[in-house]
Amino acid sequence: MPRLSRWFIRAALVNLAVGFTIGGLLLGHKAFPVHPLLWRLFPLHIELLLFGWTLQLIMGVGFWIFPRFWRSRGNERPAWLAFFLLNAGVWLAGLSPMLSLPPVLLTTGRLLELAAVAAFAVHAWPRIKPPGASGRGF
Amino acid sequence: MPPLTRWFIKTAMVYLAAALLVGLGLAARGLGYVPAWWTALSPVYFHLFMVGWVAQLIFGVVYWMFPKYSQAHPHGSERAWLAVYWCLNAGLLLRAVAEPMLTLWPVVGWRWGVAVSALLQWTAGLLFVVNTWSRVKER
Ligand code: HEM
Repeated sequence: MPRLSRWFIRAALVNLAVGFTIGGLLLGHKAFPVHPLLWRLFPLHIELLLFGWTLQLIMGVGFWIFPRFWRSRGNERPAWLAFFLLNAGVWLAGLSPMLSLPPVLLTTGRLLELAAVAAFAVHAWPRIKPPGASGRGF
Repeated sequence: MPPLTRWFIKTAMVYLAAALLVGLGLAARGLGYVPAWWTALSPVYFHLFMVGWVAQLIFGVVYWMFPKYSQAHPHGSERAWLAVYWCLNAGLLLRAVAEPMLTLWPVVGWRWGVAVSALLQWTAGLLFVVNTWSRVKER
């Protein structure tokens, strides 16, 4: 498993742990209410688990197992960029409603997530090909 | 494909079917054939899909495909993995019943059902993370 996949997957595991912990707290709070402020964690739960866990794990595994060009994975830079953009975006979009930060930060977080997906696509597009092919066709 | 992976993936497929059926009911409310209480299944619909199907499928494939923990114990602790399977599924099934029941009929029994389901799913998630962490390596 290459280095970037290890970063993606470890970050995904951290997000899973935090996201499930928040989910467990919210579900517990539905059963035995603790404090209404707990619902503030709700957007973070969604962001961490949909994008920080599921999407990030898929990117990590994709980077690892998609067909290669002989021994190279092609241009790795956009994939690294995707890693940083995604993690910045997830935490920004998850934390800003929770901390009542200006709405522009939520939008920025979502934009970073979108940019992460675009950067990952730039990396992965040529690798979605038959084994051994150059990756220039469709 | 190891037996536990087959259990994870087949159970995941059952959840996918269940999620789509619950979703069908939610969508059909407007037609007047579905009772109003079905709305209480809304969070269940989402989590049957994302936890029962997506996360469970991922767990099964990770158990199978990730680099070996060691030659003697390729998957790490088998007991921990079994606990992941049982806690996740017991927890999610319990949630699928207890959460809507709590909405419709908030008695203390359902409160405990929801709380225990939260604890079971959380345990499954954390055991998965702990058991997978050291398999995220070069080879
Ligand atoms: C991959 C895993 C998960 C994902 C992607 C996820 C995502 C979501 C989303 C999008 C919602 C909003 C749904 C809606 O408004 O109808 C939600 C609600 C919620 N989730 Fe999760 N979730 C996950 C796992 C969990 C787990 C493991 C727990 C508990 C142990 C949990 C507890 C909750 C609770 C309590 C709510 C609020 C339900 C309500 O509206 O009353 N989630 N989740």
